[in-house]
Amino acid sequence: MSVPGYDLIVIGAGIVGAACADAASGDGLRVAIVEPGPIGGGATAAAMGHLVAMDDDPAELALARYSLRQWEAFADLPEAEFSRCGTLWVAREERELAAAAARAARLAAAGVEAQLLDDQQLYELEPELAPGMSGGMLVPREAVVYPPRVARHLVARAQSRGAVLYAGRRVQALRRGGAQLDDGSSLSGPVLVATGCALPALLPQLPMRARKGHLVITDRYPGLLRHQLLELGYADSAHGDADSSVAFNVQPRPTGQILLGSSREFSATDAAVSPAMLRRMLERCFAFVPALRELQALRAWTGFRPTTPDGRPYLGAVPGATDQWVAAGHEGLGVTTALGSARLLLDLIQQRQPALDPAPYAPSRLAA
Amino acid sequence: MTERYDVLVVGAGPAGLAAAGTAAAHGARVGLLDAQPRAGGQVWRHDVRKPAPRAAREAIAALHGVNLLAQHSVIASEDGALRVETPEGSALLTYGALVLATGARELLLPFPGWTLPGVSGAGGLQALTKQGWPVAGKRVVIAGSGPLLLAAAATLRAHGAKVVGIHEQASPDSVHAFARQLLHWPARAAQALSLRARLMGVPYRFGSIVRHAHGEDAVRVVEIEDAHGTACVDCDLLAVGYGLVPNVELAQLLGCALDHAPTHPHVQVDELLRTSVPAVFAAGEACGIGGLAAARIEGAIAGHMASGHADEARVLLPERDRARRFGALLARHFAPGSRVHALATPQTLICRCEDVTLGALDGYADARDAKLATRCGMGACQGRICGTALAELGRFPRGAGRPPLFPARLATLAGLATSPSDDASRSTT
Amino acid sequence: MSATVRLQVNGQPVEVPAGASVAAAVAHWTLHFRTSVSGETRAPLCGMGVCFECRVRIDGVAHQRACITPARDGMQVDSHD
Repeated sequence: MSVPGYDLIVIGAGIVGAACADAASGDGLRVAIVEPGPIGGGATAAAMGHLVAMDDDPAELALARYSLRQWEAFADLPEAEFSRCGTLWVAREERELAAAAARAARLAAAGVEAQLLDDQQLYELEPELAPGMSGGMLVPREAVVYPPRVARHLVARAQSRGAVLYAGRRVQALRRGGAQLDDGSSLSGPVLVATGCALPALLPQLPMRARKGHLVITDRYPGLLRHQLLELGYADSAHGDADSSVAFNVQPRPTGQILLGSSREFSATDAAVSPAMLRRMLERCFAFVPALRELQALRAWTGFRPTTPDGRPYLGAVPGATDQWVAAGHEGLGVTTALGSARLLLDLIQQRQPALDPAPYAPSRLAA
Repeated sequence: MTERYDVLVVGAGPAGLAAAGTAAAHGARVGLLDAQPRAGGQVWRHDVRKPAPRAAREAIAALHGVNLLAQHSVIASEDGALRVETPEGSALLTYGALVLATGARELLLPFPGWTLPGVSGAGGLQALTKQGWPVAGKRVVIAGSGPLLLAAAATLRAHGAKVVGIHEQASPDSVHAFARQLLHWPARAAQALSLRARLMGVPYRFGSIVRHAHGEDAVRVVEIEDAHGTACVDCDLLAVGYGLVPNVELAQLLGCALDHAPTHPHVQVDELLRTSVPAVFAAGEACGIGGLAAARIEGAIAGHMASGHADEARVLLPERDRARRFGALLARHFAPGSRVHALATPQTLICRCEDVTLGALDGYADARDAKLATRCGMGACQGRICGTALAELGRFPRGAGRPPLFPARLATLAGLATSPSDDASRSTT
Repeated sequence: MSATVRLQVNGQPVEVPAGASVAAAVAHWTLHFRTSVSGETRAPLCGMGVCFECRVRIDGVAHQRACITPARDGMQVDSHD
């Protein structure tokens, strides 16, 4: 029996794997994609789809900025449901507003336009915010997308260039020079593992924790909110190491629906919606936008963010292995940074000079 | 705000009324909740113009000591308690035993024109009419399957509608075979005869289906096909229902095992109506469509069981088995046929919440895959209409539900009572 | 309790029997209950609170199911969302 050979076997068709398969096929590589579930059915389906530059880690900011430029190519793609609502960071206290000035400067230095707002400007943009806010920071060019459909689009585009999708197949094990599938067959060629939270099943030497999050979506209320809204303290929740935390993070979908987040939990392993966590998260949202209380919620769900010990993704060669690559561990920024991650990784695989310094993302930094 | 009951019954139709009355007669503290404003469920729904049937009046009058919680909608399960939403706010109800008497809903299947205003379910139009929907003088076509069509027609006629015709999709042979079986069920036969008498002069056609509804802002003309060909009929309202499917969403949320055969799931129960979850019982249509008599007797069994009187429950089992056999008879003779399954075209909307066509679902392997790609089932009905229809059409089974059980205020999901006074009481308990 | 209830549908007065639903009150004036996401006019389908086709705005609160909401004196119902 002959073993099909590829230039790159992409394992996992979440937004990151899909972007890698798309980039690789665009480079002319013969690509295989192996995905046991629906395309974009894991963290990608659970995500908010907010394209956002976080400035608290220079390496994350560089990757986000690089990736956001590539997202512009999807602004007119219907499947992406791209909506340039901008990001509005809300300050509850003067102290937060003062810190926002430094953040705006860091973003500006990275080429991301950001404007500081006083309280009056803030309420003009979002009249439903609770009284007493100090002001905010508007990042006007940021946008939201619908990640599962983008993942499908990227896989379909790769397929149109000849990539082969092994749908419903799971990679059982990595083998020297390829991968073994759960139906007993094998594929040969370099592998790229983009399995997110499931990374330890194939690469146990790379530490990964699943960080649970909750989201709720409402019926349609067009015009109620206009921007993706976050509290300026969001990074404390996102990048802190508390076992559980919540932050105000609310998004108007292009449909008029409101998507509400966010929560983070390390120790919760079951996917069930936790009433206690949901309560904490929603009360946080109500504190910023009281009108949310009376909206009709249609669905609540959870997802798991693949989280590395330092919060940065693994992008690069698997330490000590030959022809094994990894792109995983993007925590809450997988959608934002998927396109840039793919580009960076393909540059490394193809031995081109990457546009970014790859060192901060090198898997060897944390390999056990 | 937390309320505690020995026995909590969800659904105030015939099964739930019987369960609540029975458990209360044993001295249990019983709560009986329903999303509707009045007890009675679908079959005994309160009629604003007509007196209720005697059995319904008696069942409701028998609720001594039962706390009737109308307009209470179950939203979620929280650590062994039910979170309910009311028009005023929300509450947490705890229970020693729970009886799921969640009943059934109508099987509504897509066909070209089914989204036009004026097109509704058959039981749907009956329910609307009982609650004051103006039908006097309106020309109504009734179609679909099963004895519910006759009941709907009788209600509509009693409210002054002109029933133009009743179109049963089952073949004449199938309906006649059912009628012969009725000889073994004298009470049912009498009921059927009385319905027919009330519908004197209304054509009742077999092997006859509505293919298409036409109209601009509302239905005006329907295309009806039978063995002799297709005819167009003018009407003001079209009511089409293909029988019933069990409401299992709450059972599923609680983790109760479901039986998925053959097409639509029902709650799995043992002989004494115990579900797979301890202290949770199920009765009536939720356990599989069985009809009114089965619902009433199962409600009583579940009421005995939930209040710890298994011996009294066992006495009722032969009666229950007989009632269930009638339900099986209905399913056998009125199941929608392949002509009905083939009515929707690729252009027909299947998901009415998100306006997704049947054709848009081609190539998707399961409900979740299709939902992520097309939004089918993502809307307010949470897939109750489209998911059930797709299962009936043989596309794929309905996807697993997500909380809340029904759309609910965000304040309810946050566990908040809405009014400030309730907030205060919550913080002190 | 009076035998009828008076309310307003899209600014027009309606009188329905006590115990009637908001859906019944709306139907006295119009079969336009809501506009679907692709712009179609929709009216009640299931009549029992399941299909959500009958969503209207009641006293300023959007997306209320007209078929399971009892009509009350003085209600303001808007079916043009």
